[in-house]
Amino acid sequence: MKTNDLISLLAEDAPVGMRLGRMLAIALLVGVVVSALVLLSTVGVRPNLAAAIETARVLFKIGFTLVLAAAACRLVFIVGRPGLSLKARGLQLAVPLVFLAIAVASELSVLPSEAWTASMLGRNAAFCLFFIPVLSLAPLAGFLLVLKNGAPESPGLAGASAGLAAGAIAASLYAFHCPDDSPLFLAVWYSIAVLLVTTIGYLIGRRWLRW
Amino acid sequence: MKYSARDQEWAEWMRSAIKGDTQAYHRFLSAVTPHLRAMARRRCDQFGAPASEAEDVVQEVLLAVHLKRGTWDPDRPIGPWLSAIVRNKLIDSLRRRGRHVNVPIEDVIATLEAEEQSDGLDRLDAQHMLERLKDPQRDIVRSISLEGAGVRETAERLKMSEGAVRVALHRALKSLAALYRSDAREDE
Repeated sequence: MKTNDLISLLAEDAPVGMRLGRMLAIALLVGVVVSALVLLSTVGVRPNLAAAIETARVLFKIGFTLVLAAAACRLVFIVGRPGLSLKARGLQLAVPLVFLAIAVASELSVLPSEAWTASMLGRNAAFCLFFIPVLSLAPLAGFLLVLKNGAPESPGLAGASAGLAAGAIAASLYAFHCPDDSPLFLAVWYSIAVLLVTTIGYLIGRRWLRW
Repeated sequence: MKYSARDQEWAEWMRSAIKGDTQAYHRFLSAVTPHLRAMARRRCDQFGAPASEAEDVVQEVLLAVHLKRGTWDPDRPIGPWLSAIVRNKLIDSLRRRGRHVNVPIEDVIATLEAEEQSDGLDRLDAQHMLERLKDPQRDIVRSISLEGAGVRETAERLKMSEGAVRVALHRALKSLAALYRSDAREDE
């Protein structure tokens, strides 16, 4: 085929159906709703949520995961667009991490050192490691399917961002159920669960998001 | 940062194209192609790929620009977006081809000389590519590209609705992009 013929062919297909940003917004919305329904229809929220939410630890747990989810989603929204620098939004991921470090430090200073291990191990670590990845499935699948329409300069990084965002969304939903409120628990088990989803996203993205 | 008049013109054409302006899109693609060609030839030299492959690379890059145009944010300048797409696809395409390219320098010179005459505009065997498309797609591609018909005319000729022709055309372009990729892989 001559290049000029190809150009005529492409020109006839000019209009764009739906742009990447809108597709990602839909994937985010659907992912959050589906995962919230999964949470509500299985384990539900913690029974004493109304009272618990007023304590500093629970507020921090929910707030931290939400800030992390927001920062990671902001990255997902530009990672599929070539020619944009990811540096600024990548650095914003440090904000929730700094918060977490401060919370861990203050928890360590408040608690007697005999209680550290018990707070860190919590009561439901294994379930947390299982359920956060489960809750991340819907947003992760949505993000990856949409990013397949994108043009990420680094497919692995795009997949990892999708995994991080999906994991953080799942963590913030799970926080409404989770009975373990210590920042020490958060720093260990939530981090492992979210990093697991991030790794899955990276491994899928590295191959599947190539274009 | 200031962007050149050319970038602004290209961006304007692309904005109209996204809304469905076929002519603006044609202008955009025609304006971009000579730049792509120059870049592809330079890179082919650099990678030691025969210059005759440059036109294949140009077509592959055009298809990528087309299929990924939804990732351009119309509020941003088009230059950086376009360069990123082109750089990525150029490297990808040449790397795939480059792996099996091992041509002595005399042959490259011979190809280059041959290139000058043919201008390298018809590297891919049109018939060969078309045959590998499915049925309505093939007729539509042939009608629009080789016979120069528009979508409406093609729809009338094939007794299809314009919408159906548009959908089939879009699928055909995706298949073509996939064919380019698999073609290069088969050669490995």
